[in-house]
Amino acid sequence: MKQRLATLATAMLIGLAPVAHAGEAAPLAADPAVEARMISISEELRCLVCQNESLAASHAELAEDLRREVRSLIREGKSDAEIRDYLVSRYGDFVLYRPPVKPTTWLLWFGPFVILAGAIIGLIAYLRRRAGLITPPTLSAADRAAAEALLAGDPKPTQPKDQA
Amino acid sequence: MKRFLIPLGLFLVLVVFLAIGLNRDPHEVPSPLVGKPAPDFKLAQLAEPGKTFSPADMRGQVWLLNVWASWCVSCRAEHPLLVAFARQGGGLPIVGLNYKEVRGDGETDVKKLGADEESTLTRQRASAWLSQHGNPYVLSALDMDGRVGIDYGVYGVPETYLIDKKGVIRYKQIGPITPEALEQKILPLAKQLAGES
Repeated sequence: MKQRLATLATAMLIGLAPVAHAGEAAPLAADPAVEARMISISEELRCLVCQNESLAASHAELAEDLRREVRSLIREGKSDAEIRDYLVSRYGDFVLYRPPVKPTTWLLWFGPFVILAGAIIGLIAYLRRRAGLITPPTLSAADRAAAEALLAGDPKPTQPKDQA
Repeated sequence: MKRFLIPLGLFLVLVVFLAIGLNRDPHEVPSPLVGKPAPDFKLAQLAEPGKTFSPADMRGQVWLLNVWASWCVSCRAEHPLLVAFARQGGGLPIVGLNYKEVRGDGETDVKKLGADEESTLTRQRASAWLSQHGNPYVLSALDMDGRVGIDYGVYGVPETYLIDKKGVIRYKQIGPITPEALEQKILPLAKQLAGES
């Protein structure tokens, strides 16, 4: 790859770039509609070589080959789903950025919700237990009398100490 | 003391998951082709240009399809094992699938080559490599444009398929075959498959 880039750079430097590019750009210019569909399909697909890149974005050799396959399948009139199936049947569900919902992917799809539900149940249980632990404050008769005196606007409330 | 048990437990679960995650190779993607019939193809052979090879030719035999190329560095690591194994004559024939010999090296611009030139160059390079490193294959088929590779879900060379008598893929080795993989997985399975009718 690096060597190829280096070769390309050298070619550009000595002014051969137009020649080198002419061949590579051809498929894009040939049919923009096919190219647009190829890109929209392959953006949803994973490149097997650089796994964090989509098939549309990857410069890996295999990605180029697969894009070529996708183009020719589009020209054959295959539907998007058929093209995805073509790749899945060869490389597995792993190529799909949106894995299908099926028993082996249930954990993947529903696991987070199960964890969320568990966390909510745990939180409710914790809050209930905590509510039970807090005893309502008990007010002694003297405190109540003092509070009432304050509310009534008595400037000199009876001190509990004096009463004792 | 008891209140620390839950976070500790959660932490240990996390550690276990991370440990499993770290020890898994993300490049080993399980192949959906295991258990399915090996995709059919018809490709020219390396040694005898006039002849073609098709998986149907191996019907009735348990065999290995090993994807290789002279530019593939890991193939070089795997190759001595294959050569030694073939020399032993274990009764498990290895067919080579030479994958994108010219196109895959990243240096040669095939657009400047004609089909005949590419074919000649492929044969030259592949034969030179085999005579230098040894030839463990009963024959090699030439997949110059990598189309057969795509049908087999090849995404990194070397890859090896164990195919049974009925032409069904039973095991796929991604990356070089290690002595452990050969002894513990491939050979026991091949033995079992040889017993099937």
